[in-house]
Amino acid sequence: MNTIAISTPSPTELVMSRTFDAPKALVWAAHTQAEHLRHWWGRGNPLDVTIDFRVGGTWRFVETADGQEHPFRGEFLEISAPDTFTWTFEYEPMAGHVAVDTYVFTEEAGRTTVTSTTRFDTQADRDGMMQSGMEQGANQSYAALDAYLIKIG
Amino acid sequence: MTTTDQISGVFAALADPTRRAILARLARGEATVNELAAPFPISAQAVSKHLNVLEKAGLIVRTREAQWRRCRIEPAPLRDVASWVAQYRLLWEERYDTLGTYLDDLQKEQP
Repeated sequence: MNTIAISTPSPTELVMSRTFDAPKALVWAAHTQAEHLRHWWGRGNPLDVTIDFRVGGTWRFVETADGQEHPFRGEFLEISAPDTFTWTFEYEPMAGHVAVDTYVFTEEAGRTTVTSTTRFDTQADRDGMMQSGMEQGANQSYAALDAYLIKIG
Repeated sequence: MTTTDQISGVFAALADPTRRAILARLARGEATVNELAAPFPISAQAVSKHLNVLEKAGLIVRTREAQWRRCRIEPAPLRDVASWVAQYRLLWEERYDTLGTYLDDLQKEQP
């Protein structure tokens, strides 16, 4: 199975990278157009998509899971089609904790890699986003832990 | 201790490279404090302090057989941390797996 590579280059950043067996134009469209987003962003859950894909435009996705609505929202800060875009990302029940995600799309031999870099205001925000409630010590540990678990696994 | 608190303790313990090296060594088998201290340019006393932190985080246990005090790794807290990381990864993998399937379908539709 194709897995996501995760790294934490600094205490307030999270980088994820995943390759798809599809051309860049299609993967770009899947990330930026409502008709595509509603097919995958909800992970199989119903997803209501509102998206105004232009700099200064806003987006709002409401995923319904386990009978509960989970609204996410943000604003597009930068767009350079079909290579990169940057949006703000906020989970409405945790309003005020705003992350900034930059997505970069690169194609090689018909396969497209999506790399997202998420920047949080504080490490606590990043850790909160990762739904852990943990306070400290996470920064360089994840990468080391990944390597370590492979070693002992 | 709640799981979350324990995970904080585990990450704090893992935040030090000497302690990670000690765990890596113990993953290969039990060792005495002197054996553990050998590769490090620090005293056995300093290594003992690191062992205290690892023990408090539940990552190692110390046994006493005759006069030899040995340390061994305790994998359960590491498994908790791994599953915590996995939860977050799972969220995105589910989302991206759905995207992968969707992209396949779209490409099949296109002649």
